[in-house]
Amino acid sequence: MKQSKKLFWTFLMPSLVSFLLVAVIPMFIGIFYSFTDWNGMNNQINFVGFQNYIKILTNDPGFINAFVFTLKYAVVEVILVNVCALALALFITSKYTPFSGFFKGAFFLPNLIGGILLGFIWQFIFTKGFSSIAATFNLPFFDKWLSTTQTGFLGLIIVSSWQSIGYMMLIYIAGLTSISEEVLEAASIDGAVGFKKLKYITLPLLMPTVTVGLFMNIAGAFKVFDQNLSLTSGGPYNSTQMISLNIYNTAYTYNDLGAAQAKAIIFLIVVGCIAFIELYLTKRNEVEI
Amino acid sequence: MSKKTVKRIIHGSIAFILAIIFLSPFYVLVTNSFKTPKGIFKDIFGLPGEYFTLQNYKNAFIELDFVKTFFNSSLITIVGTALIITTSCMAAWVLARNKTKTSKRIYLLFSIYILVPFQCVMLPLVKFMGQLNMMNVWGLIIMYIGFGSSMAVMFFHGYIKSIPISLEESAVIDGCKPWKIFFKIIFPLCRPMTFTIAILDFMWLWNDFLLPSLVINTPNTLTIPLKMYYFFGKYTKKWELATAALVITIIPTMVFFAFSQKHIIKGITSGAIK
Repeated sequence: MKQSKKLFWTFLMPSLVSFLLVAVIPMFIGIFYSFTDWNGMNNQINFVGFQNYIKILTNDPGFINAFVFTLKYAVVEVILVNVCALALALFITSKYTPFSGFFKGAFFLPNLIGGILLGFIWQFIFTKGFSSIAATFNLPFFDKWLSTTQTGFLGLIIVSSWQSIGYMMLIYIAGLTSISEEVLEAASIDGAVGFKKLKYITLPLLMPTVTVGLFMNIAGAFKVFDQNLSLTSGGPYNSTQMISLNIYNTAYTYNDLGAAQAKAIIFLIVVGCIAFIELYLTKRNEVEI
Repeated sequence: MSKKTVKRIIHGSIAFILAIIFLSPFYVLVTNSFKTPKGIFKDIFGLPGEYFTLQNYKNAFIELDFVKTFFNSSLITIVGTALIITTSCMAAWVLARNKTKTSKRIYLLFSIYILVPFQCVMLPLVKFMGQLNMMNVWGLIIMYIGFGSSMAVMFFHGYIKSIPISLEESAVIDGCKPWKIFFKIIFPLCRPMTFTIAILDFMWLWNDFLLPSLVINTPNTLTIPLKMYYFFGKYTKKWELATAALVITIIPTMVFFAFSQKHIIKGITSGAIK
């Protein structure tokens, strides 16, 4: 028994120690800092109670703005990505689509590129390519992209959809191929074809996959930072700034580390709530056979 | 032609058109990286033609200090991924086999942490690690082990539970030491899961920006995303250089994908469906 206890801790140690050191301990220090006026400069840190939280929630339009913007972004992005990914997955797994391996790879490719590079690639396309389209075809819609809030929003949606659709498509393909052939055949014999089959058979059976997919996608949509920084940097006038970037700027541009930490804690609470609501709702919709 | 063939042709052409639209940004990027500034100004969507030049690549390659940058990224990604996997698999094994309350609580801690946004720990982490003198490449790798363990332990834990314990028990009877049991039996059996986690972590570490930007600041240790970010700050609007630099930095990813596409896709899909 002694031996196994020693073994338990020895094997656990490397992972657990680094996890506690970089993730758990800073987390608790962070909760403490959110109640202080920490500014990163001097070492004197004063306890200020809930002052940071009150300030953020009542007197920080920048944060509220970033919050609303992120929320809008998350809703549009998650719906768009999942609908497109599911459509692509259904299309590619169809027995009539040739070269499915090749197309899988093609749609997945952008996912391998990191957010910073993606943002820069699209910055070129939006500012240079789009304005060229606008000039050539006289389409004002394509002019001055990323210089207004509207186009900045659309730009961010396009970039992250481009990145995530392929990934979510792979996950849906995996879900679709795990649905047993027999069930689908039985459904066809019973007269469920086309859209009916999709709605009453395929989609309900796909719900576990949808749960996993939505869960990852929603969490990811809220945490976006890299694309935001490299595509718009929050501009014009911080109107396309998302929560992560707002926290980052509060800390490193305005040196208000206490407030930034409080924002991060609020962010955590929101992400946690959304995750639980989401898990609860989708679990309820799952069926088993 | 049978009805089936017609359907195949229609499906094939739709897929092909969609793929072309989807990949068109790459076309724009690559063609413009071969143009002179005047060529980019005159025509974005055409081929380089008379404005063809290789100078952009030469300049961008030097400016990015690409050999060194590539080496930095590779070192951090490979060592980081290998260590996340080994330490997490070790931890997951004992956590899965030990049924005590402590074990369950530790596992819960690992799995619940997935929800925590990085911003929550960012500021204290930087301060804390600075005090421990860990603001360097090795400190960064330790941070990756810590942050990566959350997901990796969860995945391995689920996988190891499906491996029958009788295998280990008979190895113990045969006098096999725990280390040997782990490295000769458990770790090899976890291979499919190792692959999945390796791919996810590889992509994460290779592309990560925020954490390294806070931890490694010396010019000699910059990774590809960091170098690219500073490069853009310096050469805003010099698009002929920027596009060439982007192509150079994307090439390793593309080569990697070309050689391991099957494994990558399999790894990702098997990770999602447990």
